[in-house]
Amino acid sequence: MSKVEMTVNGRSVSGDVEDRTLLVHFLREHLGLTGTHVGCDTSQCGACVVHVDGKAVKSCTMLAAQAARAEVTTIEGLAAGGELHPVQAAFKEHHGLQCGFCTPGMIMAAVDMINRHSGKLDEKTVRAELEGNICRCTGYHNIVKAVLAATEQMGGAAKVAAE
Amino acid sequence: MYETSYHRAESVEEAAKKMGTAEGGKYVAGGQTLIPTMKQRLASPDALIDLRHIPDMKGISINGKDVRIGAATTHAEVASSADLDAVCPGIASLAGHIGDPHVRHMGTIGGSIANNDPAADYPAAMLALGAAIHTNKREIAAGDFFAGMFETALEEDEIITAVSFTAPEKCAYSKFPNPASRYAMAGVFVARTGDDVRVAVTGAGMDGVFRWEEAESALGSNFAASALEGLAVNEGEMLSDIHGSAEYRANLVKVMAMRAIAEAG
Repeated sequence: MSKVEMTVNGRSVSGDVEDRTLLVHFLREHLGLTGTHVGCDTSQCGACVVHVDGKAVKSCTMLAAQAARAEVTTIEGLAAGGELHPVQAAFKEHHGLQCGFCTPGMIMAAVDMINRHSGKLDEKTVRAELEGNICRCTGYHNIVKAVLAATEQMGGAAKVAAE
Repeated sequence: MYETSYHRAESVEEAAKKMGTAEGGKYVAGGQTLIPTMKQRLASPDALIDLRHIPDMKGISINGKDVRIGAATTHAEVASSADLDAVCPGIASLAGHIGDPHVRHMGTIGGSIANNDPAADYPAAMLALGAAIHTNKREIAAGDFFAGMFETALEEDEIITAVSFTAPEKCAYSKFPNPASRYAMAGVFVARTGDDVRVAVTGAGMDGVFRWEEAESALGSNFAASALEGLAVNEGEMLSDIHGSAEYRANLVKVMAMRAIAEAG
């Protein structure tokens, strides 16, 4: 057992956990943040994607102890002031989900890819970037549409802010 | 996952010391192979010594054509380094096609090389680039480092700290990824400096990564995809599994080699 401390969605948290505890289980079971899902549990599907120090990682493939002292953002940490994050809003608007199980990971992956490409993305890049996220309902079409729409909106917002 | 204990090291010395006192310890870098393996109970180290937070093991330095990559540098960092892409595009492109974006944020070059998975990408680059593998004890030439499937010249407590190589005039990597795992069914790294050509193959060989010497000598005098016509790797030395027969892999090796040559130009 070790005491693990980290910042999750801007809040300092700690917990006494077995060293073998996966980050996803720490988030879900110790912090009650059940928005992050366990899909395949074998690093394939991406339902468990969260951001650790600003980078998308698979939280089923990382120990909570490995994330100690890091800044973690989960799907619960995206919306601010009761307003959906632009990527969340775009998934809603463009129907980028059906059953919704993969959605938290899809959205966290989308935010990460938009950040890394400085708001410039085309369809081919989005599809390549989604390689680590599996959706069995949508056929990806509306997910790609939502990511592109959010990219445009976020790029536009950045431009307004810069002016 | 069986029980384990976690220990974070802040320096190479501290990591080696922790390994010395731990019983049944194993180093973990990005953990993108080790953690899944532990979850399947195929590995059960009593202690994990984390190398991911050691500042001396991170970063890429380039001096002219001389490249040094810290062992704890992630695939994403290698893939996105514009300076590295300018001198050695083959390795940057290779790193950008390992796993998926999330895996690339965690996985490290040192971890990949130390594991020496027969279908991992980096071993092919190391062999074709004639890289030196630096450890906390010595320097090992890539040709002496990879010793068969999941086997390397590393001692139990030895830590890869960096890799270094001189960038070739031209290089490229081409792989046929398994559609589910993204591991190479066959991946070929081609590097050329003058008439010195090296061709290294991963994902296909029964003993892990290997150099295709017959292709190297053919390409030395004629660096063109057509130089490989009439050549073939020995099917008897290729992997055969549910993903592909030895015959299929032998053909893939040739096709990937031709594509890499065309891309290197």
